[in-house]
Amino acid sequence: MTAFGKLIRTTAFRLTLVYLFLFALFAASLLGYFAWNTRRLINEQITATVNVETTEITDIYTRRGLRGLVYTLENRALRPGANLYLVTTPEGKAIGGNVGSLSPGVMASTGWSETAYRRLDEQDTADHRALVRVTELTNGFRLLVGRDLDERRRLFGIVANAAQWSLLVVIVLGIGGGIFVARRVLQRIDAMTGTTRRIMAGDLSGRLPVGRSGDELDRLAENLNAMLERIEALMMGLKEVSDNIAHDLKTPLTRLRNRAEEALASSGSEAEYRAALERTIEESDGLIRTFNALLMIARAESGQARGNMDDFDAADVARGIHELYEPLAEDDGMTLRVKTANAPLHGNRELIGQALANLVENAIKYGKPSPVVQPMDPVVAARTREILIEARREGNHVLLSVTDHGPGIPEADRKHAVERFVRLEASRTLPGSGLGLSLASAVATLHGGELRLGDSHPGLTATLVIPALSAAGDRLAAQTPDVPQKVA
Amino acid sequence: MRLLIIEDDRESADYLVKAFREVGHVADLASDGEEGLSMAEGGDYDVLVVDRMLPKRDGLSVIGSLREKGNRTPVLILSALGQVDDRIKGLRAGGDDYLPKPYSFAELQARVEVLSRRNVGPAEETTYRVGDLELDRLSHRVARGKDELTLQPREFRLLEYLMKHAGQVVTRTMLLENVWDYHFDPQTNVIDVHISRLRSKIDKGFERPLLHTIRGAGYMIRDGLR
Repeated sequence: MTAFGKLIRTTAFRLTLVYLFLFALFAASLLGYFAWNTRRLINEQITATVNVETTEITDIYTRRGLRGLVYTLENRALRPGANLYLVTTPEGKAIGGNVGSLSPGVMASTGWSETAYRRLDEQDTADHRALVRVTELTNGFRLLVGRDLDERRRLFGIVANAAQWSLLVVIVLGIGGGIFVARRVLQRIDAMTGTTRRIMAGDLSGRLPVGRSGDELDRLAENLNAMLERIEALMMGLKEVSDNIAHDLKTPLTRLRNRAEEALASSGSEAEYRAALERTIEESDGLIRTFNALLMIARAESGQARGNMDDFDAADVARGIHELYEPLAEDDGMTLRVKTANAPLHGNRELIGQALANLVENAIKYGKPSPVVQPMDPVVAARTREILIEARREGNHVLLSVTDHGPGIPEADRKHAVERFVRLEASRTLPGSGLGLSLASAVATLHGGELRLGDSHPGLTATLVIPALSAAGDRLAAQTPDVPQKVA
Repeated sequence: MRLLIIEDDRESADYLVKAFREVGHVADLASDGEEGLSMAEGGDYDVLVVDRMLPKRDGLSVIGSLREKGNRTPVLILSALGQVDDRIKGLRAGGDDYLPKPYSFAELQARVEVLSRRNVGPAEETTYRVGDLELDRLSHRVARGKDELTLQPREFRLLEYLMKHAGQVVTRTMLLENVWDYHFDPQTNVIDVHISRLRSKIDKGFERPLLHTIRGAGYMIRDGLR
């Protein structure tokens, strides 16, 4: 497509053409109306003048006879800008007035007519036109009184001229303006298209140019930029996640492979082979678990798990999880306690249960008090080995929290800790996939809530904050999370 | 026990048939939905193992038409879709159990054996007995020999489930599903801890242990080693 072709195809240019046509039509009809009205007015004026004079002259004829008539006409004809006068005999011979010639047949009939004429004293041969009235006097004499139509013609000429010029100006300015506007719009659109091409080619850092006028194109560009920002963040997150997945899945896969290879290479006993195979199975089970957790997170984050939601009391979930993990905590030298109040919510019981279970497992694994040198008061020591599961309602939210008195997570690391596969320095040596908090966070997000990590001086309080079930509005809010979702 | 395996992936199907034969079951194989349906209708099977995604006819539709015709053979669904809602869909379609891929054969075997027992239709007895261990489901009393045992409610339900399937291997996930009603995979040995508590109550101080750990599979309650 040529540049000009592109220009005339723009919306701006097409709109300009439409407006141009409408304006031209409007101007033409306005001028036409004006011209028509002027013509009518002039005609009326002429008619009135001619009528008055015809009456006067007829009157003079009645009073003073033919001689008086001719005399009056000669007099009047000498006035500057005089009207046209002619008196003829019944035979049609002119006997007075200032008209030299007329279109043939004008004097034959009485009444109004338009005619070409020439004055007696005129030398030029140019034709003039006049509006004339022919009256029959007594004795068959005829009187013609008329007025030149030059004035009307001139005026009409002026109007026509004005119409021509104004149309010309309207068209030129219109097309010029259209091209100007279209080019401006086209330039900006071309700039945007260029940027989007670059982005499509893979450079996600490109942004659309935003002008200062704040017009609709700027607003569009701003919104598109915000969208690009989001896409870039998502892509970055995706890349980070896939890097992490690659790393965290490759490591156990490598271990798996090495073990199998080692077992194959060594000429061991059947028992040794068996042990190696069992370890292989264990390792692959771990991998499967990691995959399942990843899929679960992806599912929660994409909102696919929104089916299977019903109303239940989070307090029941808290008690259930407490009951399930209490012996495990005790075996680990910790005390798991539960404190519940009514906490109704609408959600996926299974997922909420799993999220809470993850938090409890984390607390058991990482929430052990840091070893202290000085001997502690036994009461305080017992308190620091306590993990508290709490379910309660606060305003419009249900809070499901797990509090331990371990080393906690430094404020700066908290945001980071929720990310997939992130295992903070302190926990790197302990077994785990690094997906527990991510899953808990994804589940909270799915329910329109969030996972908050706080300080319990010392220790960590991890809280699932989820909209409570009270009115229909709450349920709606739970289904349309406005909390920014994590990268899927 | 007669089994029908409906699975289109040749390798895993052959593996299953071989593995089930090795543990003493009769296993037939169908490799697509249509074949599976006609075999299931014709043969007298104790359990059907059905893959969710099959050529010609989807696994769930096979189960659906079997159920429509009044065939009540227990069905275990195998599926690569392991999410909560997929399992619910599978169970709603008429499946009796759902096992996401990849699975361990021990898990599959345990579940199939538990299902097949259901096919025989044991009456829901009010009292379970294993050796000298006795559990009364109505009065919630548990006794071993002459000794009355005190169990927590959840320990009672755990023992009840184990004794209902006495002589059969019960896996950790089966316990989590049936006793706690959770379908997730705990990263810790949370079930083992519950079992060891239960064991300390029912087996401690007695000469013959009843609650056995089956390596690589799960647990089994039975009287002695037959």
